[in-house]
Amino acid sequence: MECLLGLVGKDFVITVTDTSAIRSITVLKHNEDKTRVLSPHTLISFSGEAGDTINFSEYLQKNIQLYGIRNNIELTPAAAAHFVRRELAEALRSRNAYQANLLLSGYDKKKGPSLYWIDHLAALVQRPFAAHGYCGYYCTSMFDRYYRPNMDLEEAKDLIRKCLQELHHRFIINLPRFSVKVVDKDGIREIEL
Amino acid sequence: MVGKNCVAIASDTRLGAQAMTVDMNFPKIFPMTDHTMIGLAGLATDVLTLRDQFKYKVKMYHLKEDRVMAPRTLAHVVSSTLYEKRFGPYFVEPIVAGLDPRTHEPFICCTDTIGCIDFAKDFVVVGNATENLYGMCEGLWEPNLEPEDLFETISQALLNAVDRNALAGWGAVVHVITPERVITRNLKARCD
Repeated sequence: MECLLGLVGKDFVITVTDTSAIRSITVLKHNEDKTRVLSPHTLISFSGEAGDTINFSEYLQKNIQLYGIRNNIELTPAAAAHFVRRELAEALRSRNAYQANLLLSGYDKKKGPSLYWIDHLAALVQRPFAAHGYCGYYCTSMFDRYYRPNMDLEEAKDLIRKCLQELHHRFIINLPRFSVKVVDKDGIREIEL
Repeated sequence: MVGKNCVAIASDTRLGAQAMTVDMNFPKIFPMTDHTMIGLAGLATDVLTLRDQFKYKVKMYHLKEDRVMAPRTLAHVVSSTLYEKRFGPYFVEPIVAGLDPRTHEPFICCTDTIGCIDFAKDFVVVGNATENLYGMCEGLWEPNLEPEDLFETISQALLNAVDRNALAGWGAVVHVITPERVITRNLKARCD
């Protein structure tokens, strides 16, 4: 029921997460933040089993921060993505697997922006755009139709607006609020659409 | 597929979560040595895990033994790696294709998810569209094909097989391994 979207633009990655905490048929909360900052230029957004997602993403967050402190160098988004995959893959074949789907967005000073799609089975792919959950059924086709490489921020926001409009129009679940975050060379910031 | 002093290995490039296509450019064939490649069909997470494991094992073999791993050896490495997880298997069916590093004798084989090796002199198929692939290969393959003819044969077999399978396709990649070089070509396929 949750919605995660991500899109790589010219020099930034934009990620969208819904802000509803849902349990069974009840909405518990309308301002849940489903993202964690891994390092100044790496952000993960997550969906899945409520406890697992937060537990796992904070575990990643603290370990990546620890790496940064110990080695005095920020883990690149690619390295962070592979670290995440490994942790998730090892947990998958143990008794306590994490039921968490992730999108990792990051900005590397040398390689530019990147977006990684990681599902709860620890399959990892780098994508220009990606989605998790039911909204993927609606939004990936919107992306396929309207996405172009090297979009600027305004164009990307426009496309995201189109996606959310489609969700409001067609998706049976009511997702009233979304949090939109941008990762670029200056770090991570939340923006209004 | 085996040719005359050459082998070919090919795969589609789709990655999907059930019926939803996630990526149209997901590699499933990985070079292990100059003359050997491994193709992994199945659960994407295990494809990535096993790719890394086999890379590690092949490199360690190279360092320890100071010689290149032969495809036949790699097949047994693959088999034992998979059988180690007999009661909680990796959901992957591998194909090993290559030329012997010394004799350049062609070698292909595939295994099931728990590492039972199937050696073949002609062709092996694994994955989602096996029924279609068996039919196509049975119809098109003939012995002693030259590299270019082998390329055409394997490409036609793969493309026509995945076009009749809803869960496969979205592009294809073909590698033809000859003693001199590896010819890699990306094929356009139906994307619908």
